[in-house]
Amino acid sequence: MDFDLSEDQLLLKDQARKFLEDQCTPAEVRRVFEGDESYHPDLWRSISEMGWLGAALPEEYGGVGMGYVELCVIAEELGRSLAPVPFSSTVYLAAEAILLAGSEDQKQKYLPQFAMGEIIGTLALAEGPGTVTAASIQTSFADGTLSGHKLPVPDGDVADIAVVAARDQNAPGDGTSLYIVHLNGTGIDRKVIETLDPGRSHARIDLNKAAAEPLGRPGEGPEILDQLFDRAAVLFSFEQLGGAQRALEMARDYAMERFAFGRPVGSFQAIKHKLADMYVATELARSNCFYGAWALSSESPELPVAAATARLGAIKANHLCSKENIQTHGGMGFTWEFDCHLYYRRAKLLALALGGEPEWQDRLIDRLRRQRPASQEAAQ
Amino acid sequence: MNFDDTPQEAEFRARARAWLDDNLPANWRDRTTTPPDIIALSRDWQASKADGGWACIGWPTEFDGQSATPMEEAIWAQEEGELGTLTSFPLMIGLGMSGPMLMVHGSDAQKKKYLPPMLRADKVWCQLFSEPGCGSDLAAVRTKAERDGDDWVVNGQKVWTSFAHFADHAILLARTDPNVPKHKGLSFFVVDMKAPGVEVRPIRQMSGDAEFNEVYLNDVRIPDADRVGEVGEGWRVAMTVLMHERSGVAGADQFGFDNLLGQMENLQMDGAPAVENQAVRARLADFYVRISGLENTNLRTLSALSRGEQPGSEASISKLVMVEQLVEQTSLALDVQGMAGIMTNEAEAPAGGVHQFGYLRDLCMRIAGGTDEILRNTLAERVLGLPPDLRIDKKAPFNELPVSGSTQD
Repeated sequence: MDFDLSEDQLLLKDQARKFLEDQCTPAEVRRVFEGDESYHPDLWRSISEMGWLGAALPEEYGGVGMGYVELCVIAEELGRSLAPVPFSSTVYLAAEAILLAGSEDQKQKYLPQFAMGEIIGTLALAEGPGTVTAASIQTSFADGTLSGHKLPVPDGDVADIAVVAARDQNAPGDGTSLYIVHLNGTGIDRKVIETLDPGRSHARIDLNKAAAEPLGRPGEGPEILDQLFDRAAVLFSFEQLGGAQRALEMARDYAMERFAFGRPVGSFQAIKHKLADMYVATELARSNCFYGAWALSSESPELPVAAATARLGAIKANHLCSKENIQTHGGMGFTWEFDCHLYYRRAKLLALALGGEPEWQDRLIDRLRRQRPASQEAAQ
Repeated sequence: MNFDDTPQEAEFRARARAWLDDNLPANWRDRTTTPPDIIALSRDWQASKADGGWACIGWPTEFDGQSATPMEEAIWAQEEGELGTLTSFPLMIGLGMSGPMLMVHGSDAQKKKYLPPMLRADKVWCQLFSEPGCGSDLAAVRTKAERDGDDWVVNGQKVWTSFAHFADHAILLARTDPNVPKHKGLSFFVVDMKAPGVEVRPIRQMSGDAEFNEVYLNDVRIPDADRVGEVGEGWRVAMTVLMHERSGVAGADQFGFDNLLGQMENLQMDGAPAVENQAVRARLADFYVRISGLENTNLRTLSALSRGEQPGSEASISKLVMVEQLVEQTSLALDVQGMAGIMTNEAEAPAGGVHQFGYLRDLCMRIAGGTDEILRNTLAERVLGLPPDLRIDKKAPFNELPVSGSTQD
């Protein structure tokens, strides 16, 4: 048994951290956060030159022969640095969807382009507030085209292609199916929308008979999305972990330098205990993330439970740490100028990106019940 | 990153499994009805393991252990399962704390005399540390030991002493010099619990049972040969004990989550299984994520130990989270029982009243073995590097320190 990263993985983590400390400074993050750009073009180019976009892709599709644990290591560092790039949309969502459900032609066509950073991809699923269900998907497929709207779509304004969920009336089951749509084609209107995390752009996409290329079989949408979400959940959980860890460190560092009543505020038990709780939550999350990374990389049948567990633990840790980091900074934590709020905003974005805590709690319990032999008996 | 056994680990597991399959007592659960039953079962099982060479496998081979690695200890614990978890508790102070302490600080004569009977559970141990006047502030003990010829004469009172009523020996922290700063005036002893002057009185706890005791020491004579470490070195020895108290690594499923989930499947709420109630599901999910985090953290700690690293204070996470988890889990189990959740009679109460009993008992672990508050301070200071609390008691002579009941300026 070995439950930790290998020497090579630790080296990669160190390299990634140094690279991002150099190329993704707080000033560069602010450039996107406060400016008009949807993402940081130089950083995106450098990241693609590092080969990170193809970290988990098979070499026959342009990947660099690393693996999912390595991708998780990269994800944590991206989360730690708040990297303002369309990495998650392209890698955790679009590429994974095509890897899961694409035909050989589709994989040969799109995956190498993702790996080289030539195109940006994303997933277009939600159509407004509320959980996504078969009933909530109104975008429809007919005669090879899609009509409807998607909102919010992460990186929807800059993505070249999107994997879109839509209803095909003639398909089996509830008809939900997936399609690849080229977002620079006709019948597509995109509008940037405001969100509580201006560090990552989002858009509303209106589709009016936009050309659509089926991904997977008709009606297979729910099954593919289910598997995709498990995989993406693990990858996102590492970004959440990176954010939580950084927030904890910021709080600790501030508590050491800020004096009140004649001594560092970090010497008061209220602050010490708060930070101890943040540390515990982050360590538990880290452990659950590691288990998720293992389940993902070994294609374990435990992945659905491991993924939900990783996501829920990471949501909790990132929420607690980003919130209490602000608290520890006192008034300064509430200012625009200090970076605390950037972590707090990103934490909520990531907590909602695949559906929120209540949905995933439900998902976890359903899967745990399914694992129990007794519940299978009762169901019969 | 690999959660499967290596070939060596698999081989060890197979050996352990083989011995256990041949030797695990078939009807051990019948022997768990009362605390005295459990103690007897623990002693018998320990002797059985000692005969087979599987007792205290983590002890060095020179003391009849197997010099097993932490990973092997974890594998053994997994295979031994519930029986191991249950029977290790009454013997913990000896096997888990006093034994390792003697290996570090004891004289050769002390090791030879005390370790073999401890390993076999021929002799059982208890811990005389806390006093009515000090628990978290252990270095402030007042029980005094005064030299008289070849002996020490001990007077004082200890409290919260589990197992004192059946223990043969005790480890004792006592004050040998009240005129120096408190940490410097302490010495450490092994006490014969059957010696004249040792009086054990049970303390009734909130659940109604009396699982721990007060121990009065009235002119108890301890031979100097039973002093462990130098005079004035008692604090150092005590720290070794506490380090072992806090660094337990979890074995088999200690939370019974599967049982809890099963209970939620079987209990009805609004005409459907409780597990279909949203509020219950949210709490169950929360529990599972925390338990899973704990189990996976333990595995990471083991990896570090196996690589020769000392995880140190990170082990405090385990106790801090686990206990709170048990308390809340028990609380949920009662909540879904509705109005009947208050019933305690074994014959009438849901699940034989086991959750009701647990509810009145689980809280002690937030206090025993290092309170939640002390553990948080420890994590903040030792792991996060935050400054220590302001202290007024480190330099002053012990007999000048304020105690409970003093007035403040």
